[in-house]
Amino acid sequence: MNLGIDTVTPWVGLPVVMLLLLGSIIVLIGALGLVRLPNFYQRIHGPAITITLGAGCILIASMIFFTALQSRLVIHELLITAFVLLTAPVVAMLIMRAAVYRDLRAASRNHSPGSDEVYQFPREK
Amino acid sequence: MNRWFPSPPLSIALLTVWLLLNQSLAPAHLLLGTFLAVVVPLLSRPLRPLAPVPFRKPVVMARLLASSLVEIVRSCFNVSRIILFTKPKGLNSQFIRVPLDLKNPHGLALLSCLINSTPGTVWVEILPGTHDLALHVFDLHDEQWWIDTIKTRYEQPLIEIFDY
Repeated sequence: MNLGIDTVTPWVGLPVVMLLLLGSIIVLIGALGLVRLPNFYQRIHGPAITITLGAGCILIASMIFFTALQSRLVIHELLITAFVLLTAPVVAMLIMRAAVYRDLRAASRNHSPGSDEVYQFPREK
Repeated sequence: MNRWFPSPPLSIALLTVWLLLNQSLAPAHLLLGTFLAVVVPLLSRPLRPLAPVPFRKPVVMARLLASSLVEIVRSCFNVSRIILFTKPKGLNSQFIRVPLDLKNPHGLALLSCLINSTPGTVWVEILPGTHDLALHVFDLHDEQWWIDTIKTRYEQPLIEIFDY
């Protein structure tokens, strides 16, 4: 299959490659965070960088590459960006609340006094 | 105007989405897109419990979105650095309490999306019976700094746009 990659000039290819590389590294770091971090409330922060900067870099690279390749404006990747930015925060919030309520229920089942406060805010000064 | 276009921003967004999906500005697509932009808001109006807000202060909105974008990129690198180089034991992940003044539900929705899009912070809920936000911070150093940042950088422009 010939995508015509060899017809793209280095001035287009270089930023595309850099963006793809940066995006992939960010996605890898996000996945690494998912593996390395010890508890749930910390793990939820790992994929956040994948969604924003990782996906963003790859989508910008795609826009530049296909605009240059097809010699016309290819920007429908903006739709992916918009939908990801609309849905990902809502999903993060739902998962977070599910975890908080799970812990609340576990705490109330144990009937241990004083532990029904899941949040454990830092002490008021 | 209001009868046929209950929410002009929604109509414009629908037309844009339609044209982007088809990747074309041909008259046929423009016509069909305009048709959708008129019909869909009318049909979906009963699904919106709150009246659509008028689109005010586009400059403040643009500045808010631009500064959030910078903040998102900056905290992306912060979170990456923490994941790669900090020992998980040394992390101070905490819930903090942020008192909010913003009341408008649209404003709160946008605020939650901006906060959740920023890596390192996750919005949990507005605590029942209060107007305080429970926020989870990935690596907390200074609680007061987070509260001030959210209140001045995010909440103040949103109050300007939505609460009046």
